[in-house]
Amino acid sequence: MSKRLLILVSLVIVASMVLGACATTTPQATSAPYTCTDSIGCVTIGPSDPIHIAYLLVVSGANAALGTDSRNGVEIAIADAGGKILGHDIKFDGEDGLCTADGGQAAGTKLAADPSIVAVIGTSCSSEARAAEPLLSAAGFVTISSSNTAPDLTDPTNPNHYPGYFRTAHNDKIQGAAAADFAYTFLKITKAATIHDGSLYADKLTEVFRGEFEKLGGTITAATSVDPNATDMSSVLADIATGTPELIYFPIFLPAGAFLVDQAKTTPGLENTKLMGADGLYSPDVMNTAGDAVEGFMVSSPIVQGADYDKFVAKYVAKFGTQPINIFHAHAYDGFNIVKAAIEKAAVVDTDGTVHIPRQGLRDAMATTKEFKGLTGTLSCSYDGDCANPTIGVYVYHAGQYPPELIWPTEFIKTP
Amino acid sequence: MLRTLRQRITLTDIFIWVIGLSIAGIVIWGTISTLQQGRYSGSSWLDLTIKGLALGGVYALIAMGYTMVYGILKMINFAHSEVFMSGPFTAVFVALGFSKSGFLDRQPVISLIIITIVSAAVSTLIAVLLERIAYRPLRSAPRLVPLITAIGASFFLQYVFRGLYGSGSYGYPAIKIFEQSVTFAGIQVHKTQIAVIIGAIVMMVVLYGIVQWTKIGKAMRAVSEDKEAAELMGINVDRIIVFTFAMGGASAGIGGILYTLLFPVVNFYMGFFPGIKAFTAAVLGGIGNVPGAFLGSIILGLLESVGPNLFLTGLGIPSPSQLKDAIAFVVLVLILIFRPTGILGERISQDKA
Repeated sequence: MSKRLLILVSLVIVASMVLGACATTTPQATSAPYTCTDSIGCVTIGPSDPIHIAYLLVVSGANAALGTDSRNGVEIAIADAGGKILGHDIKFDGEDGLCTADGGQAAGTKLAADPSIVAVIGTSCSSEARAAEPLLSAAGFVTISSSNTAPDLTDPTNPNHYPGYFRTAHNDKIQGAAAADFAYTFLKITKAATIHDGSLYADKLTEVFRGEFEKLGGTITAATSVDPNATDMSSVLADIATGTPELIYFPIFLPAGAFLVDQAKTTPGLENTKLMGADGLYSPDVMNTAGDAVEGFMVSSPIVQGADYDKFVAKYVAKFGTQPINIFHAHAYDGFNIVKAAIEKAAVVDTDGTVHIPRQGLRDAMATTKEFKGLTGTLSCSYDGDCANPTIGVYVYHAGQYPPELIWPTEFIKTP
Repeated sequence: MLRTLRQRITLTDIFIWVIGLSIAGIVIWGTISTLQQGRYSGSSWLDLTIKGLALGGVYALIAMGYTMVYGILKMINFAHSEVFMSGPFTAVFVALGFSKSGFLDRQPVISLIIITIVSAAVSTLIAVLLERIAYRPLRSAPRLVPLITAIGASFFLQYVFRGLYGSGSYGYPAIKIFEQSVTFAGIQVHKTQIAVIIGAIVMMVVLYGIVQWTKIGKAMRAVSEDKEAAELMGINVDRIIVFTFAMGGASAGIGGILYTLLFPVVNFYMGFFPGIKAFTAAVLGGIGNVPGAFLGSIILGLLESVGPNLFLTGLGIPSPSQLKDAIAFVVLVLILIFRPTGILGERISQDKA
């Protein structure tokens, strides 16, 4: 009995050794072995395996339009690339970051556990990045965000900056300064109040706005905050009304932003105060949630124009059956193409089609991207992570009309 | 005399009283220093008060569901916040349809009535189903079991509605007749808030009337007093319980429409905070007591609206509005320290004794 079992076991072992030897010797027959010398490791992609690029975007909840739009941009970029990088299929999937730090942490943990991932497109929100980036960076990935704008993330002296992080979105140092400039020089406003919602994005953006606005000669009457889940804004608005500002700047998200727009008009002392948000509130969902109260609400947002962009929009409409639903589709398109170009530059291809991607080599290739012609302008990256070359515009919402109308800078307004 | 008193007061009592008195002291100090600063104008206080009353009215309609169910079954129906959400989250599609077809602008009153009926009907249906499926089989189980079931049912309903209508938010269309404001003795008051306050008061009177002056209301009170005795007297207890849930559901559905007049955004998690607040209000007023729930809700609504600016601005606390929930719950703690049965709770226990 035990003898027969022994024979069976030894037969199985011998068979597996023979098979294993067959499997390992085949590639060596065709090319010299690749040895990985990269400091943080390599990704090896077999001849018939796909190159895995993941996303970490917000694709559900109140801010779903933000991440879905970016994902759509990447899908168009993949279609334009013929679905292939270096002859390999592209595997594109990902996780929902929910536009919160908790969601970013959960999604980042899942992605970091998958060693087949080469690069991550994301995150959507700066708060997600703050929680997810330590994990993604430690896993050796390259991350490129289409919509993170918080200055911290690309400030090498800041603990929120991690190697391997890049973005095609603008830095809020630029957006906050543009908003302050618009308010002071174009609207001729001298008294403003700011509200943030505790998110990294809104906190930093209001800080930049306040600094620039005061530098220009304006007065900040109140710098306060709201809970992102609050619905009743009456007490914060009553507090702000005591300073009689001419403008309230609240670069926050939905739904709190929509509640502020709606309730500011019924607060005594704020009936005629101008309201302004930033790119987080540039979304058709603002129309849906704030209703007619949206009339006159302003948001700052990057301007993307040009013949190539128009062609891209035509493809977007053809593929998804709608006009772009947010602002960061072109940034995501460019982000994917920068990653693709960097993979092509950094990868080592064996004669049988096996691709080796050194992870640090890929980061170096990303950081040395120069004069990349994208939809959002001519992009040059650095080790800090900023790739963008933005122009910030200000748009105004009208009830029942989307997208909002561009009102500043005047030289970019297209005359119909 | 003094010795018996000393025996009765324990160290815990003293500790709790010190906490209570120090909170009360901070509140009074904050109020005085805010009023001394004079930052807010009279009209701003009045505006906050009216908003608080409107909010309190909505809380009252939700709190009815908690307090009536508690009165009869002695259980806390934590899924009531989802009963509240289901109505307006469904009726939003009716409202959007009316808005698109132009009916809402042409016949605002009729459309508002239809929207309210739809909302009340859905909430009632959910409440009755909840009772039938989740609570009735557990009626003789230990008291903790239905409580845990209620929490489970709450999550279940939330994600059912997420599955039905998606995770995004929908906005209620603006109703033109409520848009202007009227001037009331020199103060501008918005018609929406007036409509909400009037709606809440009418609903409360109707509900109180049903409980107090109808035959079925008498039966409800009898079941609440003693279930077995009521059954022996020929009252169909199951039917009374279903009716109680239906009444709570309808009240929550109507409250939901009033809520969306104030905050015109609905989503699948919208029930959570109003539900918790209404529960707090019910406890504040004395749970199981209908006028108590009304009083507790009005107090809570006012505290939330006026409280942060009144108590905290004077203490120099930045962005006091974020602490409004803290204020609401601190007041709850204070009430429970000084009056553990709630504001009107004692009367009920005397009635029962």
